[in-house]
Amino acid sequence: MALITVENLSVGYDGKPVVEGLSFTVNEGDYLCILGENGSGKSTLMKTLLGLNKPLSGKVETGNELRHTEIGYLPQQTDVQRDFPASVKEIVLSGCIARSGLHPFYSKEEKSLAEENMEKMGITHLAKRSYRDLSGGQQQRVLLARALCAARKVLLLDEPVTGLDPKVSQEMYELIASLNKEGLTIIMISHDIDAALTYASHILHIGERTFFGSIKEYRKSRYGRYYAEERKEEA
Amino acid sequence: MERIFTYLHYPFVRYALIVGVLIALCSSLFGVTLVLKRFSFIGDGLSHVAFGAMAIAAVLKMSSQMILILPVTVICAVLLLKTSSNAVIKGDAAIAMISVTSLAAGYLIMNVFSTSANVSGDVCSTLFGSTSILTLSKTDVWLCVIMSVLVIGAFVFFYNKIFAVTFDESFSRAAGINASLYNTMIAVIIAVIIVLAMNLVGSLLISALVIFPALSAMRLYGDFRSVTICSAVLSVLCAVSGILISIGAGTPVGSTIVAADAAVFLICFMIGKMKGKA
Ligand SMILES: Nc1ncnc2c1ncn2[C@@H]1O[C@H](COP(=O)(O)OP(=O)(O)O)[C@@H](O)[C@H]1O
Ligand SMILES: [Mg+2]
Repeated sequence: MALITVENLSVGYDGKPVVEGLSFTVNEGDYLCILGENGSGKSTLMKTLLGLNKPLSGKVETGNELRHTEIGYLPQQTDVQRDFPASVKEIVLSGCIARSGLHPFYSKEEKSLAEENMEKMGITHLAKRSYRDLSGGQQQRVLLARALCAARKVLLLDEPVTGLDPKVSQEMYELIASLNKEGLTIIMISHDIDAALTYASHILHIGERTFFGSIKEYRKSRYGRYYAEERKEEA
Repeated sequence: MERIFTYLHYPFVRYALIVGVLIALCSSLFGVTLVLKRFSFIGDGLSHVAFGAMAIAAVLKMSSQMILILPVTVICAVLLLKTSSNAVIKGDAAIAMISVTSLAAGYLIMNVFSTSANVSGDVCSTLFGSTSILTLSKTDVWLCVIMSVLVIGAFVFFYNKIFAVTFDESFSRAAGINASLYNTMIAVIIAVIIVLAMNLVGSLLISALVIFPALSAMRLYGDFRSVTICSAVLSVLCAVSGILISIGAGTPVGSTIVAADAAVFLICFMIGKMKGKA
């Protein structure tokens, strides 16, 4: 059974739809990239998948074995966080919040999981530093490490490379791809079609015409052909 | 110094210190969350509500005013939180409306119905804190101790959850944490703190008591735990020195404590600036 099945879903705010009639499935091990213009409703869709927003109509079904506490989420950065006094370690550890249940404190295993993920993201040396003093790239790594602490099965990323320079973005993409190879299912929002075509297994394009399919199908579709022509002109 | 020790022989001074320390501790712990969640305006609004409730309680000549003030303020806290997450009436506007109305109603009620000869004196002392901190009964002290223990206990027990929900509500909710439950809990606790703190500094100065220590600590430290501990320490120090100074110099208790808090903030601000440059 698919991990996430979306059927005829409409998402939006206060009864007004932003996107309508979405249908797609995400299977275990997939790498789904969600593309679309600014304001097309990508973040809204992701929040609906997470259960933060209610669907206006249609439904989101999660496979019977997928629970909330197995999902990691990297939100599009909000302003509130930027001046928040919190150390890197505190933030990464807070990714274990759902695992810890009603226990008031984090267990040894949870602490070592946080350390493991800081190691993976190459931020162990920053553990004691304050989040607000870090560079944009470092901050994104911290939030990714936190998401990894929560992600036992699925990782949802909302524009993980926005505001990062090309080299750091590249590293970020490689990191995410390696997590996918380790078996984590990835759903990522991005503006970057190049990266999507390089790393993703499936594409969901939101816009005037919605597209969902594998990378191969996407290349053959209208969006894909249009994109390829644009590339040729640039070259 | 010697004078201070002679003061400590008086039970009313000891009571005032115990209550002052506890209130300062409670308010500073949740002050950090309040500031970071941009909830500080709720604290301000609630203190005005508490004033209105106190005016009614005074007119009704209730023996224990807490019985009315506490539930009214708690209910308002929950309502304000609901409206601030609801787009129909903008949160700030709703709070401004409620707080100004309670302030006006409170003053009106006190003026019309009060039998006391010194109405404006009564109003002034509820707004700016009075000598009531120095006239606490044993029951008042026990009530304060019990409430403080509950507040501090809740803070310690839910410390990690409070951190997660304050830092990033979306992430916590996505991970399956019932964030609105914690938000409600925080709002209720803030209401309790405000009602307790009215005794100490009066309703107009409560926000200062809640917010200054957190802002000061945030200038000095960059992680949540240090900020929390530092603001608790600063808040208690200011409360103790404020109470002692006010007894010694005969100044109003509330204003003296808040002045101490403001002075500490100024110092922390400058230290932070220097650290930033170095
Ligand atoms: N909290 C909100 N309330 C009402 N409308 C919103 C809210 N958040 C976003 N929108 C609107 O929904 C649309 C889609 O936004 P969003 O999902 O953030 O787009 P994207 O992530 O694709 O850039 C936009 O037109 C935006 O103005
Ligand atoms: Mg977005």
